[in-house]
Amino acid sequence: MRNPQLNRHGELTHLLTLDGLPRDIVTHILDTAETFVPLAERDVKKVPLLRGKSVFNLFFENSTRTRTTFEIAAKRLSADVYNLNINASSASKGESLLDTISNLSAMQADLFVVRHSASGAPHLIAQHVAPHVHVVNAGDGWHAHPTQGLLDMYTIRHFKKDFTNLTVAVVGDVMHSRVARSDILALTTLGVPEVRVIGPMTLLPGGLEHLGVRVFHDMAEGLRGADVVIMLRLQNERMRGALLPSPQEYFKHYGLTQAKLALAKPDAIVMHPGPMNRGVEIESAVADGKQAVILKQVTFGIAVRMAVMSIVAGASNE
Amino acid sequence: MTPLPDAEALYGELRRQVGAAVAQHPADSVHLVGILSGGAWLAERLQTDLGLPGRAGVLNISLYRDDFDRIGLHHQTQPTDIPFDVEGRHLILVDDVLYTGRTIRGALNELFDYGRPASVRLAVLIDRGGRQLPVAASLCAATFEVPDGQQIVLGQDDSRFVLTLEAA
Repeated sequence: MRNPQLNRHGELTHLLTLDGLPRDIVTHILDTAETFVPLAERDVKKVPLLRGKSVFNLFFENSTRTRTTFEIAAKRLSADVYNLNINASSASKGESLLDTISNLSAMQADLFVVRHSASGAPHLIAQHVAPHVHVVNAGDGWHAHPTQGLLDMYTIRHFKKDFTNLTVAVVGDVMHSRVARSDILALTTLGVPEVRVIGPMTLLPGGLEHLGVRVFHDMAEGLRGADVVIMLRLQNERMRGALLPSPQEYFKHYGLTQAKLALAKPDAIVMHPGPMNRGVEIESAVADGKQAVILKQVTFGIAVRMAVMSIVAGASNE
Repeated sequence: MTPLPDAEALYGELRRQVGAAVAQHPADSVHLVGILSGGAWLAERLQTDLGLPGRAGVLNISLYRDDFDRIGLHHQTQPTDIPFDVEGRHLILVDDVLYTGRTIRGALNELFDYGRPASVRLAVLIDRGGRQLPVAASLCAATFEVPDGQQIVLGQDDSRFVLTLEAA
């Protein structure tokens, strides 16, 4: 079966997941993003690539940062952007997902940016739309958050240059984290030799070894010698049942403090997809410290989303 | 068919014309901007040979092309880099071969997103005809007719310029 993200010429026409995305496409996205980064310094921050195209931001689940950065990215590409907060509209009146998409397609949408609490919703939409319409997954359930994975890779490449000699530690609630899944897939695709996952047994899914990662339950042990530390948000709102005794207890074992960070390499960078729970997964002194590159991630996120949208929009529809 | 002109001889002629154009303005108000990749090589060497201060600007016009809907976004080489303020300056836009004029349209659009220059002149090594837009070079080392389906490619060999004719 063909990769549903690629057209018959092998071009990226939807971005749904980083699973199975070839390394040359990942690298093409990162290289393209690099040409968009300097635009932020100009008086006129727009380029005319998507002039006349309509981008629909379909957020079936709340998000401020991701929706805003997609909106800024689309506007910097000169697209017309429509933000739909579906929670408050048709879906609550009982309209099906595909009926919503058909209606928006009838309004001449060219690109859908979709966030949905159900894993696989963007795949379903991608199968349903006409060949000239593109879908970008902005986070689906516990499954994937590919643009976050890509902007994390962009950030790592910016600071570390080369992936092939790195040790990267992903720390926290991996079980409920689509960011962790996308990061791990991208890190292995790009040839990172050592990907570590650190967390309590109750927050790590089974089968992690099959993704080519090393699993640690002791944070100190897992951080030793790391070049990159990716902290995950403790997903309070996703938590079903008592997987943890208390946030304080979690911070004691898996919160990133300056003392624990000192075990990583002296030039290690600290990343976080946001929003941060200070004092739960990360200490304020680390979050605001000089090793943190968390706000850089946000800035690079715009360039990476511009790259993704312009690459899929430019894919041939024949 | 007529052999291709010698690239180094053409470069010498272009350097003479660009040098004369630069001399018409105060040194701090005139800048070179080269279009990737051939135009950027030419601008970089002109910058050195004419003893101009600072670096020449580099334009990557792929975000301003008019055929994005047909060919999409191709692999990027190097981003645009304009290391000076464009506003109110005299710019000399440098490219290797002038053909349809579409590249120059894209380059002008991009330059104007950096500011409003006082003037822009176009300097090219070769004008090969075949214009599809009302664009003309102010400074040009040679005109040379090339049949459709072929293209002139500027290359570098040990920091000397070389021209070759290839299938487009």
